[in-house]
Amino acid sequence: MNANRKYDPMISLRDVSKAFGGKTVLDKLSLDVAPGETVVIVGGSGTGKSVMLKHIIGLIRPDSGHIVVAGQDLCCQTPLELNQFRRLFGMSFQEGALFDSMSVFENIAFPLRRNTDKSEKEIRDRVQECLELVHLDGVESKRPSELSGGMRRRVGFARAIALEPDILLFDEPTTGLDPVISDVVAELIVEMDERLGTTTVTITHDMKVAFKIADRIAMLYKGRLIEAGTPEQFRASPNPIVQQFIEGRAVGPLTED
Amino acid sequence: MIGLFERFGNLMLSTFEEIGRWWQMLFRTAFWSVRRPFEFGEWLRQMVRVGVDSIPVVTLTAMFTGMVLALQTFNGFQRVHAENFVGSVVALSMLRELSPVLVGLMVTGRVGSSMAAEIGTMRVTEQIDALESLATNPIHYLFVPRVIAGITMLPLLTLFGNALGLYGGRLVTVNLLHANPVLYDQNTYQFLEMNDLTSGLIKAAVFGLILSLTGCTKGYYTTGGAEGVGRATTDSVVMSSLIILLSDFFLTKFLF
Repeated sequence: MNANRKYDPMISLRDVSKAFGGKTVLDKLSLDVAPGETVVIVGGSGTGKSVMLKHIIGLIRPDSGHIVVAGQDLCCQTPLELNQFRRLFGMSFQEGALFDSMSVFENIAFPLRRNTDKSEKEIRDRVQECLELVHLDGVESKRPSELSGGMRRRVGFARAIALEPDILLFDEPTTGLDPVISDVVAELIVEMDERLGTTTVTITHDMKVAFKIADRIAMLYKGRLIEAGTPEQFRASPNPIVQQFIEGRAVGPLTED
Repeated sequence: MIGLFERFGNLMLSTFEEIGRWWQMLFRTAFWSVRRPFEFGEWLRQMVRVGVDSIPVVTLTAMFTGMVLALQTFNGFQRVHAENFVGSVVALSMLRELSPVLVGLMVTGRVGSSMAAEIGTMRVTEQIDALESLATNPIHYLFVPRVIAGITMLPLLTLFGNALGLYGGRLVTVNLLHANPVLYDQNTYQFLEMNDLTSGLIKAAVFGLILSLTGCTKGYYTTGGAEGVGRATTDSVVMSSLIILLSDFFLTKFLF
């Protein structure tokens, strides 16, 4: 698990640009994430936060710029190398993205069955371990459709950590959850982060969650990172756009255009 | 006027894009089909879905096609006193043409559409991204089992359809129209060649590839939520059916 200390920075985005159908989503964006660091990217809806996260794991390729993760440049990998490369990652998706044709147990066992030679018993133990880590019990045989939103997220977390990844990516981990469950999920992220020692990138528009889990917060606006710093620095930012976003005001530079 | 040219140009572009995408997916599926791990359980599940679950539909289709074919041919041949050759016509038509094409079209409607809907839903709910994030190539895990099931199961279904079609034809001609059973059987098999059977089965395998790959590809490139899934499903059926009917002619013309 500490193999990731070898690379510094663990994740490096250099001048990454991406446009969809003429609309620029990322505009020469650069970001470094140190090993073991927890970075939270905040920003309004539709500012390209998810797009950025999907670049890091190679689900989307940039139009220009370089992405280097754990010493590997994502530009020039064959499909087989890319598959191998993805084992570094655990990713949690917005609505959980659980495989709805499988039970909770099969969902978490899926990456283990596909990518390891573990025996059936070892798989069962590992699934149990992962479920304990996200504080779930007795849901193994349930279908994803039978779970609440918060539970689905947690099963998603459990599946993401099953292969003991070096890097965890969270895409809007608390969107659509009530404030209490949001806080529970945020605490869980902090706890997982501490116990697993992973490098973590989270994107959210929930400032409470951001302040709770981040070592460093960055704000994405118009395809660029306009502010980055520790939670204290971020909170004290003189940038009116950042201030408007933190306070969640309807009037300000964010809503002017 | 310019607008007309522009629309025509866009139509051509999207058509060629579609064709290019289809072939690209074919090569990617072939590439991944020989890579480990082999999900034999998933292969089997898809084979059951394409093959076993289609038996009722194929039974009715093939049987009634054989029956109506006999009825029509008998009606026509009677006028020139050639009713003894109804058996030959039914057998040749079923084996060479009707059985593979009708099975292909029925399975397209039944299974090709559901492949597009299933994979399309996985796309819009990010399950395909989730697969990739779990170091699993979606072509490898989703396409390969379905395409293999299509290629292997369609010839088997066609074989089954052949038998039922011949039986249906005989049932009508002999039992309903009271033709001579001995002459009927004799004429059914006398003019058949091995190539009549194999050409139909090879066509069926190609149709199986077409319908499964088209269903998967349409689903894979779904955009735009629930509406997009609906569109992908319809498109996959229309496109598969068209390719099946067009390729049927060329396969028949050039290969057999």
